[in-house]
Amino acid sequence: MTEIGGASSAPALELDEVIIRFAGDSGDGMQLTGDRFTNASAMFGNDLATLPEYPAEIRAPAGTMAGVSAFQVHISDHDITTPGDAPDVLVAMNPAALKSDLSTLVQGGTLIVNKDTFEERNLAKAGYESNPLDGEDLSGYRVIEVAMTTLTKEACAELGVKPRDADRSKNFFALGLLSWMYSRPIEPTIDWIDSKFAGKDMVIAANKAAFSAGHAYGETAELGAQRVVVKAAPLLKGTYTNINGNTALSWGLVAASQLSGLPLFLGSYPITPASDILHELSKHKAFGVTTFQAEDEIAAIGSAVGASYGGSIGVTTTSGPGVALKGEAMGLAVSLELPLIVVDVQRGGPSTGLPTKTEAADLMMAMYGRHGECPMPIVAPRTPADCFDTAIEAARIALVHQTPVMLLSDGYLANGSEPWRLPDVADLPNIDVEFATAFNMVNEDGEESFWPYLRDENLNRPIALPGTPGLMHRIGGIEKDDGTGNVSYDPENHERMVRLRHERVASIPIPDAVLEDGSTGNADLLMVGWGSTWGAITGACRRVRSTGGEVDHVHLTHLNPLPANLGDLLRSYRRVLVPELNLGQLVRILRAEYLVDARPLSKVKGQPFTAGEIQFAIIADINEFSGSPNEPTSTTTKKGVAV
Amino acid sequence: MTNLLNPATAVDDGPVPETTRSDWASDQEVRWCPGCGDYSILTALQLLMPELGVRREKTVFISGIGCAARFPYYMNTYGVHTIHGRSPAVATGLAMARPDLDIWVIGGDGDMLSIGGNHLIHALRRNVNLNILMFNNQIYGLTKGQFSPTSEVGKVTKSSPVGALARPFNPISMALGAEASFAARTHDMDRHHMQEVFRRAHDHDGAAFVEVLQNCNVFNDGAFAAITKKDVRKDMLIDLQHGKPILFGSEEQYGVALAPEGAVIVEVAKLGLENVMVHDETIRNPSNAFALSRLAKTPDTPTPVGVFRSIERDEFSSSVAAQIDEIQAQLGQGKLENLLRSQPIWEV
Ligand code: SF4
Repeated sequence: MTEIGGASSAPALELDEVIIRFAGDSGDGMQLTGDRFTNASAMFGNDLATLPEYPAEIRAPAGTMAGVSAFQVHISDHDITTPGDAPDVLVAMNPAALKSDLSTLVQGGTLIVNKDTFEERNLAKAGYESNPLDGEDLSGYRVIEVAMTTLTKEACAELGVKPRDADRSKNFFALGLLSWMYSRPIEPTIDWIDSKFAGKDMVIAANKAAFSAGHAYGETAELGAQRVVVKAAPLLKGTYTNINGNTALSWGLVAASQLSGLPLFLGSYPITPASDILHELSKHKAFGVTTFQAEDEIAAIGSAVGASYGGSIGVTTTSGPGVALKGEAMGLAVSLELPLIVVDVQRGGPSTGLPTKTEAADLMMAMYGRHGECPMPIVAPRTPADCFDTAIEAARIALVHQTPVMLLSDGYLANGSEPWRLPDVADLPNIDVEFATAFNMVNEDGEESFWPYLRDENLNRPIALPGTPGLMHRIGGIEKDDGTGNVSYDPENHERMVRLRHERVASIPIPDAVLEDGSTGNADLLMVGWGSTWGAITGACRRVRSTGGEVDHVHLTHLNPLPANLGDLLRSYRRVLVPELNLGQLVRILRAEYLVDARPLSKVKGQPFTAGEIQFAIIADINEFSGSPNEPTSTTTKKGVAV
Repeated sequence: MTNLLNPATAVDDGPVPETTRSDWASDQEVRWCPGCGDYSILTALQLLMPELGVRREKTVFISGIGCAARFPYYMNTYGVHTIHGRSPAVATGLAMARPDLDIWVIGGDGDMLSIGGNHLIHALRRNVNLNILMFNNQIYGLTKGQFSPTSEVGKVTKSSPVGALARPFNPISMALGAEASFAARTHDMDRHHMQEVFRRAHDHDGAAFVEVLQNCNVFNDGAFAAITKKDVRKDMLIDLQHGKPILFGSEEQYGVALAPEGAVIVEVAKLGLENVMVHDETIRNPSNAFALSRLAKTPDTPTPVGVFRSIERDEFSSSVAAQIDEIQAQLGQGKLENLLRSQPIWEV
């Protein structure tokens, strides 16, 4: 390995940030390559954000546009909040990747192609009539052509690796080359190869050889590209790990179990993009976590209701189509007034929609998508790491207020990652849960009894777990008498119970909405967001402010109930703009609740907002209302502005 | 199961107190139609419970929707009346979370074979420790008389004015096809028989499926009269007894034999007792049990009742708990600090 890590003679160019996009065929290992580059950058100390994008098909026909899989990573020496508007560097492993992703690359950006794949068959599959590397089409970019396949095979040949197997290592060649170009540390990748492929010595040798060859190629070849350094970001002191949303969410659920002292039970049915939570929690039996891969979405939530009834924290995880199927069982949990966590990792809809693409169009379903008056608290994380805290918050509400809670994540948060400063476990507040163990009523005949719907001052009913002597009782989805819990068709009682169920959710104490950092409270325009749009809205607001514009931002974690001060806050602004990855769902709720003229900013392309798109809308809004002649500038303001 | 404690599982057990039927009856007024077969099933079970050596607080009745599903309200135990078809799923989660409980799942043919068919077959396949009683009355009662998945072809109901078209399920065949480790049939006219079958179901470690032929006297009166009325039983019900030749008739003049086309009814005098099938519940291959389940096509020909199959097979919730225990024995209790540091970390 002596050739690895050798210092280049030329001094490296220092940049404050760079956006790199790895694109290739689904079989080319682009997600892995991006992930490794990200981890090396995280270990190096950059701030970062990622956007994995892959097709729904496991193996779409090789070499076609449908099969292109991409991973975008934004690394910087300062605090960033999005995976970047447009990449500075595009790595295209085949013609289809070039064709599908070239339009994302900034003008003058660096294009690195595996030229071995630009032959007749692959060009035809991508729909190229002539080889784009030969013509003038790419003249606006700095093109670096590398025979990655050939060089990988040569590097592996002396190890005795068959050419076909060597071909599979070419993504490590690309990773080695990029690691050299961007001065990434190599140890994390080498260590990872050793542990990931432990026991498969040939694979380890081939991947390392490819990685080294790519690195050495960068160092020795006349690439016409200067080596770049993006220095570490000044992050707060602490211990960091790079985490994606689904992992953070899973760990938050484990933490909630530890903090409440109740076992965690997950009932789930595999569905993209939520399955990784099932996978992750299945690994944590040491924490007493029980996972149940049910026969369908309804059984998944049904089993979670059963586990909650038995005294566990019942959780079910799914995506939009699954939530649609779980509606009736959520109603049961509302009626039983039992804790339950329903995690919806939202994806493009309706129906099968865009399974692997992000969207946030399930808010109305979370709010109103059950029959009858059937309120559920709703929380939404804003970043991948925030999924940890939000999962604990969902559990806290569910357990303390004895209600099913909906947690709305999305595909972008689920798979995107960021550096996360680990919390001190001792600082996490306990979740106190009490179960009934004694009679709570004396009947007319003087005998003591247990009334399962006799409420306390917080409108909570006593929960007596099966197994508790003396407190045997029956509950069900039929309307029941407030107090005794016996079946009741009494009209007055039903109205009381409907209002009580509403009040129980509406009165859950949640923190006031606070303006995000950088907001002054003096702007005319307030941006209101929820969920994963936080990064893009924050980035957009920073850019606007850096050029003298004024805009404030409030971001909602709690969507039901809404913060008590939200109405006053909204009314204190002249204009309210609500960016959402739907056609305007929160905005309708805000208008209905507060009679404010909030306006939507919608995007439904299966992709997150870029900061540029929101920046453009903010500037257009400011100009329209200030009468200023300033035209909105480019949506892709690049260097020097923190986004 | 874990270091995490449920108060309810921490109860000091001690000897199970003596109880009587009235201890197992709740204070709720029973609201089935007068004359409904459900009453006798309830009585049979309330009378049986004191004999099972179980605690009321450790006993849970779970049901879905339908007439039968009102059952939990009448038992002085823990109980949940859930939603249509989903009781096996809710019960599975409860059994996994609380292997200490004795869980009964009660439902009808519509609840368990139609809207909840998927959950039933998977609970049986997994062999979750549940006592599943399916009251089969071959009709939808609570929704006032539509044909059900066990109604016979040609059945005239409000939703099938010129006759139902689809072939009905044979519940025992279906249970056996779903890998049930225990499958039995009884009927609402014979308390003693019900109790013996329910007792066997209760004592079985795993999912025990019991089809109870139940008369809905309002919408499908007499559906099983041809086989369950006292004066015809001897000729029309074939009482399966483990280890004994399968005989029936007032003089035990009839028997069941295995022919190439399946189980057939034979005259013992003609075929010889030695050629009559000897019932064995414990054969792992379900073929014989399946053949017996196909003997009666409609409830007006001699019909086997009793335990068709009872085999030992790993129970699901205890297997799940064993996996957790094994991992905890290997790795110790999980520590959150360590979990957060289980991916590559770095210091700033
Ligand atoms: S409708 Fe039929 S099954 Fe239902 S309670 Fe009445 S008699 Fe019984």
